[in-house]
Amino acid sequence: MKLSDLANPTRFLSLTGRLLPYLAAATAIVLLIGLYLSATAPDDYQQGATVKIMFIHVPNAWLSMFVWAVMSAAALGTLVWRHPLADVAAKAAAPIGASFTFLALVTGSLWGRPMWGTYWEWDARLTSVLILFLMYLGLMALWRAVEDPSRAARAAAVLTLVGALNLPIIKFSVDWWNTLHQPASVFRMGGSTLDRAFLIPLLVMAVGFTLLFVTLHLAAMRNEILRRRVRALQMMQARASASELGPASPASQPA
Amino acid sequence: MTALAALIRRDIRIALRVGGGALIGVLFFLTVVVLMPFAVGPDLALLTRLGPAILWLGALLASLLTLDRLFMADHEDGSLDLIVMGRVPLELACAGKALAHWLAAGLPLVVATPVLGLLLNLDLLATAAVALTLLAGTPALTFTGMIGAALAVTLHRGGLLLAVLVLPLSIPVLIFGVAASEAAIAGPLSFGAPFSILCALSLVSFVVGPFAAAASLRHGLD
Repeated sequence: MKLSDLANPTRFLSLTGRLLPYLAAATAIVLLIGLYLSATAPDDYQQGATVKIMFIHVPNAWLSMFVWAVMSAAALGTLVWRHPLADVAAKAAAPIGASFTFLALVTGSLWGRPMWGTYWEWDARLTSVLILFLMYLGLMALWRAVEDPSRAARAAAVLTLVGALNLPIIKFSVDWWNTLHQPASVFRMGGSTLDRAFLIPLLVMAVGFTLLFVTLHLAAMRNEILRRRVRALQMMQARASASELGPASPASQPA
Repeated sequence: MTALAALIRRDIRIALRVGGGALIGVLFFLTVVVLMPFAVGPDLALLTRLGPAILWLGALLASLLTLDRLFMADHEDGSLDLIVMGRVPLELACAGKALAHWLAAGLPLVVATPVLGLLLNLDLLATAAVALTLLAGTPALTFTGMIGAALAVTLHRGGLLLAVLVLPLSIPVLIFGVAASEAAIAGPLSFGAPFSILCALSLVSFVVGPFAAAASLRHGLD
């Protein structure tokens, strides 16, 4: 590794070190305001208090897709510019995105229980989010399959971009499949636009969750950079101790 | 162009030779279809209803099973490095390899479908519909699966990882394949719409598959 490659992550570490406390504070404040607004929002005339699940569910669902977009941008950075931070960003985003997707599924299913009378419905949206969750898990499995991070990064970048191309197709085909097998029996929020009393808390929560993602993502990127440095140092140490013993046994040198 | 034709001819010949293992996919397809009645019971009416779905699932799994042969053998004996360094553009070479793989491993699945349709009590029209949709859809399975095969060979991991990565990408093909065959058998929707989308999926995969596979080979092999 050249020194010029290290320079950028170092600057990144010092910059985010200063930035992170403010981001965390902003996240906490916006989320608190959002939670207060959602708690005081009126009940829906049809759904009662369960409509408040929406204030958690919708931001999670929005972030589940937003994180894949962030990873796709990072994947382009890895493949096109070989930016040293891009694969760190992609790797750090995957588990966070998977968590948001999982939370969207769980809250959706908890919302579905009182609304549809069942925890799981093969509804088009639920199904496509479930497939998105599977793809996140596959991507994480790919990251974990290979020890060398830069090698895994390029493979994961290709898969992320292919996934970004495929996700709209999957979404479209699941919609098709759903209308084919299950005529519209499901209650939907859609149709009429949201009332302002719901819209404002929802937007505040969406901003709060996005800030939460940015904070978590930057922290995870810092951890990943430090983890890679520890790994590099350990390998250097192992090489140094091997070369101390080295000349006596040249056969032990790795190819 | 002659180099590409030679590559395709070589791949088909290797796949069909002793140790090639392309036809094992058909055997696996047959086994999966034979297993189904043991799971759902020998009720012929039920099997007729599930027939297209069973055939499509069997073909999907069988084409997945043969995928890791696409690059693995060439990687082991070093000819993949020659292909990467050769004068034929890597994207074109990947497309040629996938075409050869489909001819050797995908087309036999389509040919076997009428025989397997008999086992599932499908009538002539239903069998023809399933065979036609498989003919249009299995290229998409091979060309998208090629991306997974290229990733697997650069990471020296195959098997389950490949399946986990490729199967979510093949969901649209499965949906439209089964939808088109069921539309042809029972209606009430038209056969044309899902079938054209199935063909479109294959065409898209012809473009995306070779480029993504070539990118991962180029970046991954070092």
